[in-house]
Amino acid sequence: MKTILSRPVYGTLSPQAGKSHLLIADAEGASAILDLAKKAPEDFFAHAHIMFIPGRTGDSFQASLKALKPAQYYEGPSVAAALPRLNWTLANAHMGLRMYLAGTEGLIGQMMQAAIEAGIDPASIQTEHRGSWARRIQCVHCKGITENVTTQPATCSHCGLLLLVRDHYSKRHAAFQGVCINAEDPTEIPQTEEIFR
Amino acid sequence: MGINFRKETFRDDFTFRNSPENIRRFPFPYHEDAYMYSVNIEPHVPGPKNSVFEHLVDVDEHYVSEMQDRAMVLAEDPLRCQSLPHMTLAGWDLLELLMTEKAASYPEHFSLTREGDRWHWINRPLGIDDTFTFGDVSTLPYGPMEYITRQSQGDFAILDQRDNNLWMDAGMITTQADWSLDFDIGMNFFEWHAPVPLAHEMGVFTRALKFLTNIQQGKPARRLNWTMTINPRLDTSPENFHKWGSDRLTVTPENVGEKVHLRVELQSFWRLPRSNALVFPIRCYLLKMDELVTVPKWARRFHRVLRDLPVELAEYKGLTRYRQTTVEWLSKYDDGAPTSPGFSPD
Amino acid sequence: MSAGTNKLNVTVTEVVAVNELVKRFHFERTDGGNLPTFSGGAHVVVEMRDGDITRLNPYSLMSSPLSTRDYTISVRRDDVGRGGSLFMHNRVKRGMEMVISYPVNLFSLDLRARKHLMIAGGIGITPFLAQTAQLASYGGNFELHYTCRSEALGSYTEVLRERYGNRVNLYYDEHNERIPLERLLATQPLGTHIYVCGPAGMIKWVRDTAGAHGWPDDSVHYEHFAAPQPGTPFDVKLAVSGLEIRVGEQQSLLEAIEAAGVDPPYLCRGGVCGQCETNVISYDGTFKHNDHWLSDEEHCSGKKIMPCVSRFEGRSLVLER
Repeated sequence: MKTILSRPVYGTLSPQAGKSHLLIADAEGASAILDLAKKAPEDFFAHAHIMFIPGRTGDSFQASLKALKPAQYYEGPSVAAALPRLNWTLANAHMGLRMYLAGTEGLIGQMMQAAIEAGIDPASIQTEHRGSWARRIQCVHCKGITENVTTQPATCSHCGLLLLVRDHYSKRHAAFQGVCINAEDPTEIPQTEEIFR
Repeated sequence: MGINFRKETFRDDFTFRNSPENIRRFPFPYHEDAYMYSVNIEPHVPGPKNSVFEHLVDVDEHYVSEMQDRAMVLAEDPLRCQSLPHMTLAGWDLLELLMTEKAASYPEHFSLTREGDRWHWINRPLGIDDTFTFGDVSTLPYGPMEYITRQSQGDFAILDQRDNNLWMDAGMITTQADWSLDFDIGMNFFEWHAPVPLAHEMGVFTRALKFLTNIQQGKPARRLNWTMTINPRLDTSPENFHKWGSDRLTVTPENVGEKVHLRVELQSFWRLPRSNALVFPIRCYLLKMDELVTVPKWARRFHRVLRDLPVELAEYKGLTRYRQTTVEWLSKYDDGAPTSPGFSPD
Repeated sequence: MSAGTNKLNVTVTEVVAVNELVKRFHFERTDGGNLPTFSGGAHVVVEMRDGDITRLNPYSLMSSPLSTRDYTISVRRDDVGRGGSLFMHNRVKRGMEMVISYPVNLFSLDLRARKHLMIAGGIGITPFLAQTAQLASYGGNFELHYTCRSEALGSYTEVLRERYGNRVNLYYDEHNERIPLERLLATQPLGTHIYVCGPAGMIKWVRDTAGAHGWPDDSVHYEHFAAPQPGTPFDVKLAVSGLEIRVGEQQSLLEAIEAAGVDPPYLCRGGVCGQCETNVISYDGTFKHNDHWLSDEEHCSGKKIMPCVSRFEGRSLVLER
């Protein structure tokens, strides 16, 4: 797929040199942590904190994640619910902390947003995409964020404008940009296609 | 003497006009009868009298009205002016640059007196007379960047330089062409230029970044860019695209002269001394087609440039819907006579 | 458009012996008025006219960026170098007129940092004198760790202690004191940036240790101007200008190119800024690379050289200049 330079590029998690490790995943992202564990040095998880949001995967990953014996393990229902714990953890962390984010673009983006806000250098963060490609978009007109967008174009859930979902991505907003697709002639209504799955 | 500031609007009834003298100082951007994309950077040094390059920071007859339009944009949408927390020092740098340049170039309109940190700034056209402590934000009604750019024509992007890249970490952007400061703030040079087609593959931005990161204090540079706008609207932001996008459908053979504008951006690039950041002032000049054809050489040349512009470029600049109508209108002013080389009117 | 800087005409207003190895020089504008504002970490290139030879050496500005009445630099005497520091020590006197470049900053503070951790060795203290003054002026969070050979040779230790109290930590080799680097690296809050200036070995030690502790490269800043080394004279052909030149024993390749009337751009003359990077067209011999700009692969490729600090030994060298 042709892409642009602001579009995030996701890699494969691998253990990094560091004093402590914070691993955060949602749904199928858990399997990226399990894959990383196969390559990790023996004492890696003794200095690790895992935060997991199971979502649609239910209880299929908990047992294997706990079996890694991380120093701390957390499970929560949503990104919003996990953020206070993440923010407290980062406020008390030291340089030498490495972060690993795995799962949907929404999770990766929002956790990275909180981490950068806390002063972490983005170079300390590894990411790996697993699961859904649904997008978070910011409407450039009303500034509202619409979650889980799967279509092109998409309707802004706040102001109702029909938006072209661009590949242009802001780490600060953890969102793609949506721009009115028929501003020149509002009577033109393009076909809607389901493309972000 | 001094400048005779016009009272005019850039929205609603669109009373913006250029005086005959101002038409002749318009920075016409084509030195030949065709336009080719190029980086075209040159040293930003003072140019000929009665040109927009006469002073390094140009103030013209639209100053007061442009500042009123900016105040209206900010009242509607304060997110057009943002500065990340580490950029305050760069804001003071910019305040110093603009105040010292304006006071030196236009002493009849601006004055700056400094006694140590105690600064006294007088802006007569806008009726401002403030005394403040340089470096102390509590002594100004706005942050330093917002304070001075509410008094300076053109958009301003301030770039932090680190890790061999430039980061769009502050700006005053109310007259932009198709990019959103609120969305792009915090991005690096490649990220915020990501939507520009083709240029990345050509290595344009890699070369431009290398050039820009080496700009040194006291040696600013500049380039011209251009597009077109329907109605003399300064605020052609993506934020309001759904409100002004339909203007492009209103062009008819009868109203081209009044409605269609050539829009030239004079971009300059400066190293800021305390913060080691860079500032890019992006100054916008508008010229109506009716005004453009008062200079026969420009009329002939712009007709040829617009007629022969590659389709992709016309599409990227958003000209497609009214290009043909405009070319036909301009053809009446092109007798096919040769034009002299260079930018200036004959 | 070529890169480079404007020049400033200055007068030496004071020369102070700081200790047995270091002298401090004060410059003011010869035409009166203030010097350009600068940021902590900036350097100027000082032109030294010594008979037929012109030496151009970079020195960090150490005065407070808040005051631009004068600039100050400190120069450590190097008895075995190519003579730049000896010229400064022995020939530059109060009242002398000199030419320096506008300030250039290749060692800038990262203003996003929640905390600035500074590590200095010997004369590497100079950029930190300016940076600490800048940070202190608006309550910036910093901590300085400064290691010197002996109390007698520790430049500005007292003034730093006086200004910043226990934010300044001193370590003397003569007392077998060493910076507790591992402990320091393990206890810094998120968003700390580390800055190091000193001997090459110290910079490597700090960078390697920080990397092993999980600090990302972007949060480790260092400045080390290499000094051009004297060496065996060699001949060079400049293909673009059609000149053949000889690089003398005490001359750098860049100086020899300039002496022939060709002016490549430069900012640092210390192998850091990358401006004078020059393509090699052909060669028969061995490069003596001494810069921090080219990568290891580029050093081995035989395709590029940084003429400000690197030399050549062998039969022939043709450069694209």
